[in-house]
Amino acid sequence: MSRTRAFLGMLIAVPLIWLFAKSMSRDPRDLGPSPLAGREAPGFTLAVFAPGQEALARPVGDSVRLAMFKGQVVVLNFWASWCLACRDEHETLSEVARFYVGKPVHFLGVLYNDDALSGNKWIAEMGGQSYPSVLDPGARTAIDYGLYGVPETFFLDASGRVAFKNTGPVTATVLRRVVDSLIAAATAPAAPAASAAPVGAGSR
Amino acid sequence: MRARQGLVALSLALSLALSLALILPRATAAQQAPAARDTQMVTPEGLRSNASAKATDPALEARTSGVASGLRCPVCQGLSIQDSPSELSQQMRSLVRDQLAAGKTDEEVRAYFISKYGEWILLEPKASGFNTLVYALPILVVVGGLGLILTLVRRWTAVPAGGDKT
Repeated sequence: MSRTRAFLGMLIAVPLIWLFAKSMSRDPRDLGPSPLAGREAPGFTLAVFAPGQEALARPVGDSVRLAMFKGQVVVLNFWASWCLACRDEHETLSEVARFYVGKPVHFLGVLYNDDALSGNKWIAEMGGQSYPSVLDPGARTAIDYGLYGVPETFFLDASGRVAFKNTGPVTATVLRRVVDSLIAAATAPAAPAASAAPVGAGSR
Repeated sequence: MRARQGLVALSLALSLALSLALILPRATAAQQAPAARDTQMVTPEGLRSNASAKATDPALEARTSGVASGLRCPVCQGLSIQDSPSELSQQMRSLVRDQLAAGKTDEEVRAYFISKYGEWILLEPKASGFNTLVYALPILVVVGGLGLILTLVRRWTAVPAGGDKT
């Protein structure tokens, strides 16, 4: 009888202890898809501080509104000069952005909790940035996108919805795969844009 | 008798383990929090703007503190944006203040943050659906444990059939 009770007690206690231990030791960044996935991307109007290069260049001080890119795919990369992981993805982002020149895709950097001077210095140290970057005073846009830290990259589909979020340094494979699928969804005649896009959070 | 003592020892051990499981994560989170702060920068400008806003409207500041105390700092472990000195927490607090000043209710401000970060942003989960378990389970465990102890104590103190003839 006592063995049965002990067994029942263990049957209740062990899963409970495991559940608490598991949930309390979880990394907040690994909580799954962003609540924004599949929803309309928060709008913004932000000023350019780093112009970008050649075909992708925008004048410093130019006001960038998300609404300007309606009908096109947007890759929104949050970064900072004090962020070490941002160094890992910088060259990849610049190269992939150059690759898509002339396609319906816009790359935009958003400086997170940093100043224009440090941002520009960092870009110069890294050998330049092909696409423009904007300032985000008070991190209002970052909070609007539910940012945990940097780098984080959001992919917005042609209808202006958040299709995919990558936490941590983004790779060329992920960039091309997601952007290609979003362009294909946007140009497909009858296919609904959102259903063809990979919705959810990316792995680091 | 040995079997009874074994059962009591087991139930006490389980209760202790469960209590530790409930208490330890909070304590650990509190210890880890200061180390996690270095992922964010705290600027003097941020602190100044925060202090000046504090001086303007005590009622608004009290509401801001109330809402901010219930929102989790995204770059810390187990700290609210009210308690965290990280720059992101200060900015979130400032946003809470601005939204309240703009006429939003406390619940509307919370809903805004939930829409961006999910229910994870709430330090205390809402007592609805599956979350109810979080609130109900400790009570059930305590009541069950007390019942078990009472039953065992009664059994121990019960006079055996035939009485004590010494």
